[in-house]
Amino acid sequence: MSDAAQSVTPRGVVIGHGGFAAGLISAVEQITGRGGLLIGLSNSGMTPQEMQDAVREYVDTGVRVVFTDLPGGSATVCARRVSAACEGVVVVSGVNLPALLDFVFSSDEPDESAKRAAERGRETLTVIGGR
Amino acid sequence: MPVELYRIDDRLIHGQVVVGWGQPLDIGLLVLVDDVVAASEWEQELYRMAVPPEMEIRFESVESAAAKHDDLVRDKRKSIVIVADIGTMQRLVERVPGIRSVNIGGIHHRAGRNQKLRYLFLTPDEENLLRAIAARGIAVTAQDVPSARTVPLDELLSGEAAA
Repeated sequence: MSDAAQSVTPRGVVIGHGGFAAGLISAVEQITGRGGLLIGLSNSGMTPQEMQDAVREYVDTGVRVVFTDLPGGSATVCARRVSAACEGVVVVSGVNLPALLDFVFSSDEPDESAKRAAERGRETLTVIGGR
Repeated sequence: MPVELYRIDDRLIHGQVVVGWGQPLDIGLLVLVDDVVAASEWEQELYRMAVPPEMEIRFESVESAAAKHDDLVRDKRKSIVIVADIGTMQRLVERVPGIRSVNIGGIHHRAGRNQKLRYLFLTPDEENLLRAIAARGIAVTAQDVPSARTVPLDELLSGEAAA
């Protein structure tokens, strides 16, 4: 990561199963050249409380958007607990790469950026080909 | 229909349960047994939103789960009963003689617990609780997802599984 990237303030946390977050963030950085905007967390080996604490740590530094993979996953449950405890924190579940790309380019308020990213993620999920 | 799985998992409702077990077993009903969750509308809503629309989730205390167990077995849908800790499962098996097997799906690290498997850490007291459940003639095994190897309790507690 470059020095410029290290000085960027993170705007979102991505948390999910296995290497989901690291993979997505790597792809975002490769495509956009923008590093440091997203923090990646894995739920591997973590208790629900540890996951919650990890997300809370970044929320306490100003992050207002938490992206998760499965709507029914433990990360989403933990993120929703943090959202309930911290005013202004929003959770976007089922995140994909187009949604994150939209988010990192957005300069809107966090909740607006999150809503638009979710819409973009939904729009881009398509089936191509077949009968 | 008999309950497909009586599971101990400190994450309760999560991907391995809803997708990992839920989809291949065609689970239509989840019964979350936890005295705290059963008494909290907010907690219930949190978990309800984590379950896909084709699955129903019910919330029971240990007492109400035991009282309704016969109805659960008569339900036409396949189901999973899930608890967060070994103590809750022990209280449940004491009240429901029909439980013949218990799955340990995930108990994560905290101070005082020793690692048994990648996804399983136990205190000595928790090991004794599992032995007490097994002493009732119940098959106690560990398995996080359906494709993983089923590890019998003896192997778990002997330390062979972690080696």
